[in-house]
Amino acid sequence: MAEISVKINGQEVQIEKGKTLLQACEELGIDVPTLCYHPRVAIEGACRLCMVEDKKSGQLIASCTLEADDGMEIETESPRVVEARKLVLDLLLASHDVDCFACERNGDCRLQDYSYRYGIERTAFPGERREFPIDNQNPFFERDYNRCIQCGLCVRACHEIPQAGAIDFANRGFSSEIATPFNVPLEDSTCVFCGMCVELCPVGALVPRLDRFTGRPWEIEKVRTTCAYCGVGCQIELNVNEDRVVGISGYGESEPNYGDLCVKGKFGWDYIHHPERLTAPLVRKEGKLVPTSWEEALDYTARKFKEIKEEHGGDALGGLTSAKCTNEENYLFQKFVRAALATHNVDHCARL
Amino acid sequence: MKTRVLVGMGTCGIAAGARKVMEALEKGLQGVEGVELLPTGCVGLCEKEVVAEIQKNGEKTIYGDLTPEKVERLIEEVVLKGNIIEDWIAARPEEPILAKQERIVLENCGHINPENIDEYLEKGGYKGLEKALKDMTPDQVVEEVKTSGLRGRGGGGFPAGLKWQFASQAPGDKKYVVCNADEGDPGAFMDRSIKEGDPHALLEGMLICGYAIGSDEGYIYVRAEYPLAIKRIKVAMKQAEERGYLGENILETDYNFRIKIKEGAGAFVCGEETALLASIEGRMGRPRPRPPYPATKGLWNKPTNINNVETYANIPRIIRRGGEKFAQIGTEKSTGTKVFALTGKINNTGLIEVPMGISIREIIYDIGGGIPEGRKFKAVQIGGPSGGCIPAHLLDLPIDYDSLVESGAIMGSGGLVTMDEETCMVDVAWFFLNFTQKESCGKCTPCREGTKRMLEILERIKAGKGKNEDIERLKFLGRNIVDTSLCGLGQTAPNPVLSTLRFFEDEYRAHIEEQRCPAGVCADLLRYVIVQEDCKRCSICVKVCPVNAISGKPKEKHLIDQEICTKCNACLEKCPFDAIVKK
Repeated sequence: MAEISVKINGQEVQIEKGKTLLQACEELGIDVPTLCYHPRVAIEGACRLCMVEDKKSGQLIASCTLEADDGMEIETESPRVVEARKLVLDLLLASHDVDCFACERNGDCRLQDYSYRYGIERTAFPGERREFPIDNQNPFFERDYNRCIQCGLCVRACHEIPQAGAIDFANRGFSSEIATPFNVPLEDSTCVFCGMCVELCPVGALVPRLDRFTGRPWEIEKVRTTCAYCGVGCQIELNVNEDRVVGISGYGESEPNYGDLCVKGKFGWDYIHHPERLTAPLVRKEGKLVPTSWEEALDYTARKFKEIKEEHGGDALGGLTSAKCTNEENYLFQKFVRAALATHNVDHCARL
Repeated sequence: MKTRVLVGMGTCGIAAGARKVMEALEKGLQGVEGVELLPTGCVGLCEKEVVAEIQKNGEKTIYGDLTPEKVERLIEEVVLKGNIIEDWIAARPEEPILAKQERIVLENCGHINPENIDEYLEKGGYKGLEKALKDMTPDQVVEEVKTSGLRGRGGGGFPAGLKWQFASQAPGDKKYVVCNADEGDPGAFMDRSIKEGDPHALLEGMLICGYAIGSDEGYIYVRAEYPLAIKRIKVAMKQAEERGYLGENILETDYNFRIKIKEGAGAFVCGEETALLASIEGRMGRPRPRPPYPATKGLWNKPTNINNVETYANIPRIIRRGGEKFAQIGTEKSTGTKVFALTGKINNTGLIEVPMGISIREIIYDIGGGIPEGRKFKAVQIGGPSGGCIPAHLLDLPIDYDSLVESGAIMGSGGLVTMDEETCMVDVAWFFLNFTQKESCGKCTPCREGTKRMLEILERIKAGKGKNEDIERLKFLGRNIVDTSLCGLGQTAPNPVLSTLRFFEDEYRAHIEEQRCPAGVCADLLRYVIVQEDCKRCSICVKVCPVNAISGKPKEKHLIDQEICTKCNACLEKCPFDAIVKK
C-alpha cells in the first residue's frame, strides 16, 4: 500500500493511503471525539463532533469522512476546533434528557464523557425539546428517545448488519426522529431484535430491559467467552457484577462475529441464574428424578443403550442432535450413532 | 404575414386569470381569418398579468392588465385595425424595464408557443446540438463551455465547463446528466418560467452535455408542485423524440440519449445535489458528505453532471454563437446574464434577465421602477433563504458572484426581495431562518439543533424579551453553524441573520434594549393608540374590534385596552379620521 505523509498537531506521520483523517488520528493515539462514527457501519458524518482544522485552507473539516491527503496539516484541538465542538455538544445537550442519575449508561456515555472533557456544565440554549413517550413494550429493550442524539448509528446498524430495515429517520429538521414505518410497534415491524442498535447506541437511548438497575458500568467486569446458543461460536463478553451475569455484549475484536449478535445471544441470557436451570444430570430412582454425578449418569445411559441394542437390535435406537453443537460435534454424533449404536436413525433439530 | 396573439399562460398568468382572457379571445376571434391565437410562457411582467403579446405587421406590442372585458376592444382596435391602445401597453422596448435587460435565456419566453417545437426550431432551436454533434468532438464542446466562462446558476457558481470536464474525464462506461429543476427557494420562479416558456432549451442543453461527457441518460428532477412545467417538458420530449432530437441515433449519428422525469415531493433540501441524487435513487432526501463529488460518484455511484435549468438553458446559445461571444457579456469572472425574480416592496415585480455586473441601483430603480409610494429603500435580500441582505449604502454594488459573496450575500438561484423602511430586519431574518430551519433535513447536529436555537433567540427578540448577550449568541451560533454543517443548506442557513446583524445591528439593539421595533412590524412590540385630538368619537373602531378591546360609546372617549388588544390592525384600517396609530 502506498503511504502518504500528513502533519497532525505538528507531528509528521506516514499513513496508508485511503485512510480517513479520523482513522489516522486513531492510529496515532490521538483521541478525536465522535458520536456517529463506528467502524462496523458506513460513515455518515452526521454529528459534526470530529471536526478538525485544516491549517492550509483554514477550514474546519469532518475528520471521519475526509480521506487523508499527502501534505495535509491538521490541528485536532485548535481554539476554533474546540469552540465548534463545544457548540455541537451544547446543542446536543439542549435536546437531550440530561437525567444521568437514572440513566443506565451513566459513566459509560460518550456524550457525558465529551461534555466533561470540554467543561460543559449545562446547555446554554434551554428551549423547546422533542418529547417522546418511553417505549418498553417489547420484551428485550427500552427505547427512550428523549435521550436520543440522532447520530443514526442504530439506523445504520439495523440496515447494514441484520439488514432488517426496521427503523429509519422520520420527519425533517428539528422534528426528525427515529421510527418504524408508520410508527408501528417494533414487534410488528421487520425488527429481528438482534440488538445491534442497542450495542451501537453511544448514549442511553436504547438499553436492554434485563440489564436495568443491575449495576453501574464501572461495577461491571467483562468476561470473554463463546456464546452457548449455536454452533457459530460467536465471541461475547459476559457483563458480570458480583459473580452474577447481568448482561451480554458482543466482542468486537474477533471472528466469527466481530461484535455482531442475534436476539438469543444478546438478550437470552436469563437462563443462567434461573432457579429451575439444571446444573447436574438427573437419574430416575424409585420413580423420582434425583441429581447424580456425570459418571453415574453416563454409565447408566451406556448400559441402557447396550441392553436395548442386544435385545431389539440397533434400529430400536435413534439420535437427535442440536444446532447448539458445532459441525464437528454433529459429525461425531452421527458417527457414534452409526458405528456404536449401529443404526441410521440420526437427525438434527434444524430439520424439524 | 399572419397576426399572432400570444397570451402569457405560465402558471403565474393562469393564476392571474389568463384562461378567461384566452377563452374570450377564442370566442372573439372565431371565424376571423389570418389571426393565430397561441399560449406562451411568462414574459416576466408579473405586475401586469394578464399579459398578451400581439405581433402584427412586424411589430410586437405587449399589452397588460387584460381582462375578458377588455378583449372586445383589443380585438377590434389592435388585432383587426392594427391600431395601438397606448394606455394598455404593459411595457415598451425602449423603457428601462425592458431596455436594461439582456435576454439570452429568456429570449423565447413569452414570444413562442412552448408546446410547438417548430416555433423553437424557427428561433434557431437544436442548431446548437446539431453543431455539437456534427462539427465538434465532445472535448471541444467542453472547451467551448469553459471558454464561455459560464458558472452554475443554481447558487454555488462553480464553472460549468470545469464540472463537465470532471465528469467527462471520470472513468466509467455509464454516466448521467441530471438537471436540478427543483427550485425550492420561496419567491423564486426563474426555472419554472424557462420550463414553462422554453422547455426545448433545457432539453437541448442536457443533450449537448450528454454528448460532451459521454452519457446516454438524463434525469430532470422537478418538484411535483410544478404540474404545468412537467406537462410542457413532457410535450417537448415527445416532440423532440418524433423529430429525432431525442432517443436513438440522434440526428442520424450514433449518439443516443434518453431523459426521464423524476417528480420531487417538495423538500427544499432536495435542491442540494447529493440529497437530490438520493431522492432519485428512491432513498431519503438527505445529503452526504463530499468528496466524492457527483462528477466521479453521482447517481447510483456513476459519474454524473448536475446543473440547474438556467445553466443548461444557456448551453444551446453558447454552442451556437460561440463561448467567446457569451464571455463578452457580463464581467470578467461572471460572464453572461442572470435571471432574477424581482419581488417585495418594488413597483415592477417580475422576472428579469440582466447582464452580470449591473448595479443593484439599476435593477431597483430603472428596471424595478423604484419603491412604491415614494418610501425609502432599505435593503435587498439576494440569494433566497441562504442569501443575505444588502443595505442602501451598497446600492452601487455590481451584481456578480464574487462581489455578492464579499458583501455577505450570495448569487443563489436568483431571488431578489426588495425591502423598504417599513420592513423590520429582525423579522426578515426570522422569516428566512424559519424557512430553512423547517426545511433542514435533520441529519447533522449544527443545522438540526443550531438553527432551532437561533430561531428561538430571534423569536425572543421579536417579542421584546431579548437579552443583551443574544446578539453575541446569534453571531456565535451562526459562525459555527456555517463552519460545521454538513451541506450547503446548513452552511448558508445563518446568512440572513449574520448579514442583517452586519448591517442592521442597531435594529436588533432597538428591539432588545428599548423593546421597540423601528419599522413597526413586530406585533408584540407595538401598541395601538387612539390620538384623542383627532378622534371624532364615531365608535366605528369599537364595532370592528373583534376582541372588544376598545371601550367607549358614541360621543364618549374611546380607549384601547392593551391587555386585550391582539394587534390585528382592524381598527387602524377602518378609522375614517386616521386617529389610530401604531407606536
